[in-house]
Amino acid sequence: MFIVLTLVFIIVRLAPGDPATLILGPDATPEQAIQLRENMGFNRPIMIQYVDFISSVAQGDLGSSIFFNQPVLSVLAERAEPSILLTLFSLGIAISIALPFGIASAYYRGTLLDQSSLTTAMLVASIPSFWTGLILQQYLGTELGWFPVSGYGEPGASFGQRAYHLLLPSLVLGIVNSALILRFTRASMLDVLTEDYVRTARSKGLSEVNVVLRQAFKNTLIPLATVIGLTFALLISGAVVTERVFNLPGIGSLVVGSVLRRDYPMIQGTLILVSGVYVLVNFLIDMIYLWIDPRVKY
Amino acid sequence: MYKTKKIATLASIALLSSTFSGAAISANMGGSVNVAIIGEADTLDPMISSKDVVGTVTQHIYETLFTFDGSWAPAPLLADGMPDVSGDGLTYTIKIRQGVNFHDGSSMDSADVVDSLNRWLSIASRGKSVASKVDSVSALDSHTVQIQLNEVYSPLLSLMSMNNAAAVIYPQENIQGDDLAAPIGTGPYKVNDYKADQYLQLVRYDGYSSSSSPIDGASGPRARYLDEINFIPVGDVSTRLEGLLSGQFDFAESIAAESYDRLDSNSNAEPVLLAPYGWPMWVINHKKGIMTDLHVRKALQAALPAEDMLYAAFGDEKFYKADGALYPEGFVWNSDAGLENYGSGDTKKANGFLKASSYDGSPLRILTSKQYMWHFKTAEVAKVFLEQAGFNVQMDVVDWATLGQRRNNPDLWDVFLSHSPYIPEPSLNGTMQSTYRAGWTNGEKEYLMSQFTSVTDTAERAEIWSKIQENYFNDVGFIKLGSFNSLRGKSVALKGVPETPWPFFWNAHK
Repeated sequence: MFIVLTLVFIIVRLAPGDPATLILGPDATPEQAIQLRENMGFNRPIMIQYVDFISSVAQGDLGSSIFFNQPVLSVLAERAEPSILLTLFSLGIAISIALPFGIASAYYRGTLLDQSSLTTAMLVASIPSFWTGLILQQYLGTELGWFPVSGYGEPGASFGQRAYHLLLPSLVLGIVNSALILRFTRASMLDVLTEDYVRTARSKGLSEVNVVLRQAFKNTLIPLATVIGLTFALLISGAVVTERVFNLPGIGSLVVGSVLRRDYPMIQGTLILVSGVYVLVNFLIDMIYLWIDPRVKY
Repeated sequence: MYKTKKIATLASIALLSSTFSGAAISANMGGSVNVAIIGEADTLDPMISSKDVVGTVTQHIYETLFTFDGSWAPAPLLADGMPDVSGDGLTYTIKIRQGVNFHDGSSMDSADVVDSLNRWLSIASRGKSVASKVDSVSALDSHTVQIQLNEVYSPLLSLMSMNNAAAVIYPQENIQGDDLAAPIGTGPYKVNDYKADQYLQLVRYDGYSSSSSPIDGASGPRARYLDEINFIPVGDVSTRLEGLLSGQFDFAESIAAESYDRLDSNSNAEPVLLAPYGWPMWVINHKKGIMTDLHVRKALQAALPAEDMLYAAFGDEKFYKADGALYPEGFVWNSDAGLENYGSGDTKKANGFLKASSYDGSPLRILTSKQYMWHFKTAEVAKVFLEQAGFNVQMDVVDWATLGQRRNNPDLWDVFLSHSPYIPEPSLNGTMQSTYRAGWTNGEKEYLMSQFTSVTDTAERAEIWSKIQENYFNDVGFIKLGSFNSLRGKSVALKGVPETPWPFFWNAHK
């Protein structure tokens, strides 16, 4: 984590541009920008800024956002809800599409169903998510009026209304992410379906549903847990493009906005969070392995 | 649920329309508007920022002593009439309106005005530009203030009428040096809720004291028909459009030109074309580098094909006009002085200037950003012509934040691309100032500018401005490519929003 912190600090400072000129606007003089930069503490020696940063993080203080004028942690907490919900909804949609089609594709290998599933998955994976987003926004949102096209609810929106605003972006992300999970499911199932214990199960007279779902599918869970876990980490750390297209106030749009505004503490805080999420998710995946397969030992 | 809500809203609008189809003002009371703006207002303190988006949003919360009327002349807002100006033009005595209350319930008096104006003079870019000419701001009594100048400065009232880097009036106790304790003003709407990057919700201020003069531009009474105004930052242009067409937004700023027909054919929304809105400019580095040679600047001026560049940028004549005059027709400052030097794209003539110059083939560094894609497109077209003329062109394409920083260092660029709305008072245009980052200055121009700001007669000022324009062309101070129009969209149901660079929603209703 120390290496991550150092890298984050350096990368942020290497980017050209500064927040003072952005806040002051086009007519501000260079002298005003220098003054504001000094007020914000960015004129101090870089080593002092670095030591301050590391010692603050060590005490659990990620600093205050220049733009939001509030602690980085509280901004991240505010942005967590849409990102977590979007991740859960998207993952739910992705799994609902990928698992049935992945299993069926493997079971009916080489058939029209298999070929069309694979082709569709390839197609979906190749289309940029912003394009899918714009198309669904235009037809399901504007033309049919089924979903709101933008934002996270009006001021004072209830939880239900906020969740409703996430359905369309979740559909986009769910479709896009289903492709990878579908291909993993199919490949894993193909490996497992030729195993001896599957043949044994069939010879014992078990039904095909039982053989496929209980005997075979159970043994694909380790690779599937890996890919689903990494998709989860990717989504929760910010579906940058989708959040921008749908104007969602999640972690992804926070990263983009903070970079454009050169909000150094906010960028640092977000990158630390993202790194932490990846470490945590990998740890949880390892723990899930233990639960899925008791033979796994660490 | 969303559809149900939309139907309910439409039904209530229909009911209101049918019930109150007469002139009764109460018919239009209530409702809210969702306004999609291009980005977040970085601050709710309009003194410290000269950004248009900050001015657009905060003009509903705070007010200045003066504002602009429909012909862009200063008109009283918090002031009780125009100021009494002494014969020598150095003393402005301003009566302020009685009975005006801030959103916190306190009443506005001279002490608030004096402290606010002093803060403006010390921290606002527009205030600082005039600070050296102001000897003092003082209170004569509880509702009269006096500004004492040390030299005549005719644009003072225009400067004080702007809504960005603005001379807004805050409660005295709310001013804490460079910071504000809370967003409290005297405006017709007050802040109710704010979630950065999501919305700024303004609600009607019931204690608002409205001006009694007739409505003219931003001056006159400010009716508060709407209960709420929600400013929603929407960075993506497609999302602003879809939100408007689907009924989620009532007004959307900066719509892409290619969406005009779709907007025009929609039954719920309509295009709003503000023509002219502003002007694209090529800012020239007069401090350092190859552009300090007048012949090189002349070569640049001659080589640029203004019409082709504008066409590449905007794609349809509905959205631009190739017009080299610093102010377009309709403004008193419009002049044809020096126009023969404008945007011909004459590469042979440009090459002649280059040969007569000290140009040694060093790269012409054009600093631009794709965040304003149309800036970049004009540069792409210009590059071809400039290379034909003999320039070695280097395109430095960076993000807007980087451009904002680099342009402060004259070692890093020769030209940078920007744009501006037409500012009602020419002398307030930053590029005209010798202290601006581009550093354009020459003896004749400075003399004319000082004349321009010390004369009060408009006709005389227009004559001087014409000479300044001629000097601008002869010395190639910067390059104005033409005029561009701004496309916005609004719901058909929304009425009373004026066509202005900084749209406001008091007097608006559904």
